[in-house]
Amino acid sequence: MCLWCRIRQKNPKKKTYYAAHVMTPLLSAPGEKMAAVQDAPMELDSEKETKPEILSDGTSNLSGNTASGTLSSPPLTAGGAPKQEDQQTLIAVLQFLRRNKLTESVDILRREACLEDQEDSQTLDGSGGGKGDGDGGDANSLLSRVSIASAAAPQSTLTPIPVKSEYDQPDVSVVLSAYSQQGDPSLYQVYYTGLKNFIESVLDCHRAELSQLFYPLFVHMYLELVYNNHETKAKAFFEKFSGDQECYYQDDLQILCGLTKKEHLKGNEALLDFRTSRFVLRISRDSYQLLKRHLQERHNNQIWNIIQEHLYIDIFDGMPRSKSQIDSMSGSFAGETRREVNKAKVFYGLLKEPEIEVPLDDEDDEAENEEGKPKKKKTKKDSMGSKSKKQDPNAPQQNRIPLPELKDSDKLDKIMYMKESTKRIRLGPENLPSICFYSFLNAYQGLTAVDFTDDSSLLAGGFADSTVRVWSATPKKLRKVKSAAELNLIDKESDDVLERIMDEKTASESKNLYGHSGPVYGVSFSPDRNYLLSSSEDGTVRLWSLQTFTCLVGYKGHNYPVWDTHFSPFGYYFVSGGHDRVARLWATDHYQPLRIFAGHLADVTCTRFHPNSNYVVTGSTDRTIRLWDVLNGNCVRFFTGHKGPIHSLAFSPNGKFLASGSTDGRVLLWDIGHGLMIGELKGHTDTIYALKFSRDGEILASGSMDNTVRLWDSMKAFDDMETDDFTAATGHIPLPDNSQELLLGMYHSKSTPVTHLHFTRRNLLLAAGAYNSQ
Amino acid sequence: MTEREERRFAEVPRESIKLMAESSGVELSEEVAALLAEDVCYRLREATQNSSQFMRHAKRRKLSVEDLNRALRWSNTETICGYGAQDALPFRPLKEGELFFVEDREINLVELALATNIPKGCAETMVRVHVSYLDGKGNLEPQGTVPTAVQSLSEDLLKYYQQITRAILGEDPHLMKVALLDLQSNSKIAALLPYFVYVISGVKSVSHDLDQLNRLLHMVKSLVQNPYLYLGSYVRSLVSSVMYCILEPLAASINPLNDHWTLRDYAALLLSHIFWTHGDLVSGLYHQILLSLQKVLSDPVRPLCSHYGAVVGLHALGWKAVERVLYPHLPAYWANLQAVLDDYSVSNAQVKADGHKVYGAILVAVERLLKMKALSLTLAAEGSGAGLPGTTTGAVGFRENSPGLSPPSEPLSEPPLGIASHLQAGGAGCPWEEWTPVSLPAMYCELYSFFGDSLAVRFSTGPPLGGATPPGPCQPLEGRKEPASSAPNLENTRKMPQLTASMNISPRQDGSPRMEPQPPSLAATETRKTCSVEVPPGPGLGTTDIFPKARFPLPQAGPPAFSFIIGGRQMGRRCQGRRFQTSFTPTPPLTTHPPRAYAHKLPVIGRVSKPVRRWTCSHYSLHLPL
Repeated sequence: MCLWCRIRQKNPKKKTYYAAHVMTPLLSAPGEKMAAVQDAPMELDSEKETKPEILSDGTSNLSGNTASGTLSSPPLTAGGAPKQEDQQTLIAVLQFLRRNKLTESVDILRREACLEDQEDSQTLDGSGGGKGDGDGGDANSLLSRVSIASAAAPQSTLTPIPVKSEYDQPDVSVVLSAYSQQGDPSLYQVYYTGLKNFIESVLDCHRAELSQLFYPLFVHMYLELVYNNHETKAKAFFEKFSGDQECYYQDDLQILCGLTKKEHLKGNEALLDFRTSRFVLRISRDSYQLLKRHLQERHNNQIWNIIQEHLYIDIFDGMPRSKSQIDSMSGSFAGETRREVNKAKVFYGLLKEPEIEVPLDDEDDEAENEEGKPKKKKTKKDSMGSKSKKQDPNAPQQNRIPLPELKDSDKLDKIMYMKESTKRIRLGPENLPSICFYSFLNAYQGLTAVDFTDDSSLLAGGFADSTVRVWSATPKKLRKVKSAAELNLIDKESDDVLERIMDEKTASESKNLYGHSGPVYGVSFSPDRNYLLSSSEDGTVRLWSLQTFTCLVGYKGHNYPVWDTHFSPFGYYFVSGGHDRVARLWATDHYQPLRIFAGHLADVTCTRFHPNSNYVVTGSTDRTIRLWDVLNGNCVRFFTGHKGPIHSLAFSPNGKFLASGSTDGRVLLWDIGHGLMIGELKGHTDTIYALKFSRDGEILASGSMDNTVRLWDSMKAFDDMETDDFTAATGHIPLPDNSQELLLGMYHSKSTPVTHLHFTRRNLLLAAGAYNSQ
Repeated sequence: MTEREERRFAEVPRESIKLMAESSGVELSEEVAALLAEDVCYRLREATQNSSQFMRHAKRRKLSVEDLNRALRWSNTETICGYGAQDALPFRPLKEGELFFVEDREINLVELALATNIPKGCAETMVRVHVSYLDGKGNLEPQGTVPTAVQSLSEDLLKYYQQITRAILGEDPHLMKVALLDLQSNSKIAALLPYFVYVISGVKSVSHDLDQLNRLLHMVKSLVQNPYLYLGSYVRSLVSSVMYCILEPLAASINPLNDHWTLRDYAALLLSHIFWTHGDLVSGLYHQILLSLQKVLSDPVRPLCSHYGAVVGLHALGWKAVERVLYPHLPAYWANLQAVLDDYSVSNAQVKADGHKVYGAILVAVERLLKMKALSLTLAAEGSGAGLPGTTTGAVGFRENSPGLSPPSEPLSEPPLGIASHLQAGGAGCPWEEWTPVSLPAMYCELYSFFGDSLAVRFSTGPPLGGATPPGPCQPLEGRKEPASSAPNLENTRKMPQLTASMNISPRQDGSPRMEPQPPSLAATETRKTCSVEVPPGPGLGTTDIFPKARFPLPQAGPPAFSFIIGGRQMGRRCQGRRFQTSFTPTPPLTTHPPRAYAHKLPVIGRVSKPVRRWTCSHYSLHLPL
């Protein structure tokens, strides 16, 4: 009977906004009380049907609910008993309505107020009663009452604030309505509050851990309500408890709050998945015992059921984690990682480099002996010609996955690489790299992706106008191979046949590749520089030849936008990930994917190959990172901790570590072997689109939308972190907050978001981005 | 229900739904409209959320219509057409109806097609690369935007800055002097340097006000002289400001009454000062300055005052700059100048006067060129004669004195070798590099053809070394006929004044250091040489061929001191010859200072009437001093 309710005045700003919002519709539709507030009529209707009922259970009295229609009169003074307040509220509201000439509303309110005064229950005419309210048919209709008993509620969040009008009239108090609910769905608020009270009353050390329960419970209960068509209750539930959730769930809450119908749920696969999958919590044994005892004591089966059904509680022995520890790991769509997920052995070591005779004098490129006698890449200088070193125990078998054989040209390139790497500058905190910025000018169509070849000779850009453009980063121009007819004419025996097949007429600084029919979101060069991959919104991945500058293959399979693609460091394989929430492994000579990596709850936004080509890492909009085994398609690592979609990933050159960057502006560092988060680099203020380790792994460079490149001391970050199998057992380690120490430099570009970063073989840092003239 | 408002979602009111339904001929009940409205809101939000993903992947911050369309397309919804423009769509309010709408004007396609302005977005996409940060360091503070940051200075510095600039640019000369003096000696103003440099770069805006220019130049001088300031790369900025004063046709020079010449002279002096003292801070600075001076000089369009500036600039930079830039350029330039000077029309008077200025400046420059070159040859000879005992030529570095445009505060030393080593004659006998020198006689000969008798070179030597140079008996030197680099025309009776050198100057000859402004006559001047040289007896003294071989045999005992005298007779066509001689008094032997008494004035202008034709056949002879 009483729509008049207490308004929680936590937030005056909210209130004024709200008042303004209410008033406009009132003017436009004066006949309808609160009509134009979108959801108001339904509540009104339901209220009209309600019978007064006072809940006996004081603790579960659901007070503190935010409610509609408040009026703003500035001078607020606290005081007054609840009973009087209610009366005063009514009077004040009446005054307001009168002032606004809403006579009809005044009448209704009067009638109701009278009824209320008589403590009588009277159903008002139910003209609008059928308005799509699921509660209409519910036997336990929503009961509202003036919260006379609200003072009894111990956990009341009420803040009764009477409002004094300037005429010394009765205070306009803004109060909250309390909806009491009956039956299963209606009791959700009760349950939730009960749990909340419990968690807030436990010891500090457990509270942080148990607080993890809030979010999944909240979402599940809300979705349950929505799913069962208890729309109004869902809204009320949301309203009441959404404010309690961690700030990093804001984005999800935004989505959730718009979702009020079962039909909506159907279209939203991510949320459906959330409903059907189990949210993982990691809780120490002590905290868990505490929770269990509480729930059993209170016979709180509802919550218990949800926990059983939808949550997975990963119990560990040891000290309960602190709030910051929990915060660093949570944030993903599906909770944290189960520890056993990250228990699988990952062969993160590097493959042995095939032994190549490095000619000491130039151009003596008879590098023929590719025995099975491998030697390590990193020690090639000293092991040259000597016996091969012991295989890295963490490295996978050389033939764990079939890799393409080295061609002569590959060997030549390897030799070049070795020569270059002898001239490499050793970077460190005292010796920072120089940065060259490749600015894309006049990229009106929008630059969406950039890639450099490993030797930094070519540069490819993917654009929103569906084109891919390739530039030569050296004075050497790009040339096509001659046409077939012309090729017939040349002398195939000549020494410079490779030179002769090129068509000098086509030499130009850049080449455009046309073929996609949507923005190109990802480009990747093959390691031998003969091919280029591009992935696009049109659902295809295309393979381009850089000899003829034509499209060779279009790989269809994703059928939805393909957000990223990446060539294997050994060529032949590549990985792509897209809107269809899977990543696919392809081989260039197969038109169908070899593996489909499914598991992410949302789009796969970026994909990278491990340096040893045996693993693939994917980052997703569900804020998780997964490492997949190429051999068997298993997910071998699952990392949570980002608070936003992941847009950049980078492996350290030794394959041991992974860095990830996301829209939340943070870079997280991961130890692949132990499956642990080992660092958090805070500083960027916008999405990080580019991450790259220097060639020696000493420096991590990150580039962001905030127009900066930052250099981080990755060596220090890794060294400080003593990870061993013991610490890995708990699945978490204390993270030092040393971003500022690790930050070696911050470099601004001029109004140019950094889209891509690349270290040349000599450790010069190349950055690329489109100049934004606005 | 409140969370909607709290989160400020867009709401589609039922009324709108009903209106839309009505427009397509469907009557909706309240209920249906409400339900539809809610669903529409949800779908809109969903589409927006989906489209934001496209935005993120396109690496943009702004959601575009295109993004929304993609989201719609992927959810199998019709896309919205007609809103694909990159620019923001302007919303216009309609007051009467509380209505907002997108302005959708009709576009005249014909007009659009014939429009001459090129629409945005036509330029080709390209990639440009530049080194942003070298070794992790970069100049983060952009130069030129300095004054905006004045607020970040400490209160005291700010006050100082204001006071100083006010004093310098103000009216009170005394205050200015004090301010300049402080600027010269204050050790705590390093932080203000950029600001002062910026103020100085304001020369470009006060080119009408000689006084202000002068003050700014004085400011430069003070800054340069401040021993506590490290100018660093600001040198470049200062140099460009000074160069502006030297070279630009200042607005103030329109009025012939304005003495912008002095300003240029002073600026040139300052330039050389900056260069000698701070030239090592910026590599390649010397070369750049030379280049820009040369550019001005070779640009006939430039006004004569610019040329004047270039000449005095070169002169101030030292004789090597003159030799390197001015001298080779002279034949070409001469023709232009000649044309100006030969024009006696009234309208040309002003220009002609300017031309005379330039002429004078060139004359001074080449005079010193000859003098210094001879000196350097002397020293080179000394160097080559290092076998002689007791010589300390290694330590000899001749010093140049700035011309007496303004008294230089301290002796200026030679530029560091790193900067302009290619211009260095190799003070101690090393060979010329890359720059093929013209031998002194040839140079003299050529210059004489331009300037005729006006060219009176006064030679002086460096300070005598060892201090003991008792004047001895003067020994006349025999004149030496110049080798046949140019055939002596015997018909021509005229003789060039002789270039002579003397050691430890004898009593001055009857000389008129000034020359009359009248053109020298064609008649031969009688060569008279009266130079006396103290020559200690030494081998090979008699008929030494000094100039071509650049060898001065040295006295065994004690370093020599040379003095060159040019003597000659000027003959008017109809008037009696006038003898002239330019000589230089040697500096007192006791001083360790470089000769600084060489404070001559610009010689009065004289010229040969038809030099270009004449010089090839002019006969000349040189007296050689040894």
